[in-house]
Amino acid sequence: MIGEDAVPRFGAGVKFRFDKVRDAWVLLAPERLFQPDEIAVEILKLIDGVHTISAIADTLAARFEAPRDLILADVVTLLQDMADKGVIRL
Amino acid sequence: MALLAELTHRCPLKCPYCSNPLELERASAEMATGDWLRVLDEAAALGILQIHFSGGEPMVRRDLPVLVRHAAGLGLYTNIITSGVLLTDEAMTALLDAGVDHIQLSFQDSDPANAERIGGYRGGHDKKLAAATRIKGAGLPLTTNFVIHSHNVDRVGEMIAMAEALGSARVEIAHAQYYGWGLRNRAALLPSRDQLDQATAVVEAARLRLKGIMIIDYVVPDYFAARPKACMGGWGNRFLNITPSGKVLPCHAAETMTDITFPSIRDHSLADIWATSDAFNRYRGTDWMPDLCRSCDRREIDWGGCRCQALALTGNAAATDPACAKSPDHFLMAQAVGESRPNAELVARG
Repeated sequence: MIGEDAVPRFGAGVKFRFDKVRDAWVLLAPERLFQPDEIAVEILKLIDGVHTISAIADTLAARFEAPRDLILADVVTLLQDMADKGVIRL
Repeated sequence: MALLAELTHRCPLKCPYCSNPLELERASAEMATGDWLRVLDEAAALGILQIHFSGGEPMVRRDLPVLVRHAAGLGLYTNIITSGVLLTDEAMTALLDAGVDHIQLSFQDSDPANAERIGGYRGGHDKKLAAATRIKGAGLPLTTNFVIHSHNVDRVGEMIAMAEALGSARVEIAHAQYYGWGLRNRAALLPSRDQLDQATAVVEAARLRLKGIMIIDYVVPDYFAARPKACMGGWGNRFLNITPSGKVLPCHAAETMTDITFPSIRDHSLADIWATSDAFNRYRGTDWMPDLCRSCDRREIDWGGCRCQALALTGNAAATDPACAKSPDHFLMAQAVGESRPNAELVARG
């Protein structure tokens, strides 16, 4: 399991961008496409190669006025899954 | 949605399972740069997110960097599917400068002599290794691709090790697909059940070992399957192919369907072709399906399998894909496996 101090960044060749045709965020990777749900989009938007998982959870907990431990669990689950798929590096 | 842009059918290699049609389009029939630039504009407007520049060998087109730059400017994710033998330092610099996102580099085997025999290109293996080094050196993610068949399937473990040593973020271990040239050479290429099972076991073990380090995409051959593949994710559902001369196809093998007129991008807009052409609507969705497929709870999972395979093996493109165990023609697959002759001569593509 990944730790709170890890700094997530997008893998080489991965692009996270807004698609005007779909009116939605898309995650583009080598020969693969992900259409993240709303929660995932909010997490992915905070990935900048600087902020830790802990900092991302703080930001989201404050923004959505939600319990931090629940948010943190969501963030860790998503990023672990994305890391296994080679989209996120930790 | 993705677009496969077959810029040319020309290629220095002669792989006997080439996905190009048996009747290759000539250089003189290829679209001009301006035509392709318009295709890219229309593709982005239609909602295409990824563009795969392929061929033949896309790098024989001198305008490839121009096309990549235009696609990147439109926000399209640009991928080049190449043999790598033309990827010199100068070519790499030009593509990187143009904004290429990813390169998929094919190898014919981990064994150089056999790789060059299969590809029909002497000295090709070393050029490919140099290409891999250039791609990595440019900071791009590298996908290595190995098409496997009875002449190399026993070296899947070595191929994965080679992909790892080259620093691949992803490796494709893809059993040959039996259309066009592959179908012509099917008897010589089909592995045995034992070979397939061993290769699959090697891939599964490597996946566990390399989790989070290198992605292994594994494409199994339909001939041993119980359920068909969701070919192209469904006909006219999320994929377009454009041939060198500008014909727009729902898949790269679709031209075997001689009763369909495939529209040209020179005469129609991409949006029109996608939405209204007979070619894209013929097998779209589930209405066209035989009862066997339409009543199946997997109808929107595998979409009835592959239309080209149904045509090639049963003579009816609207039949259930014989890869499906429920198909009355399923015995044809086992029959083909039984008739495979690993030592048969391979016919090199033209």
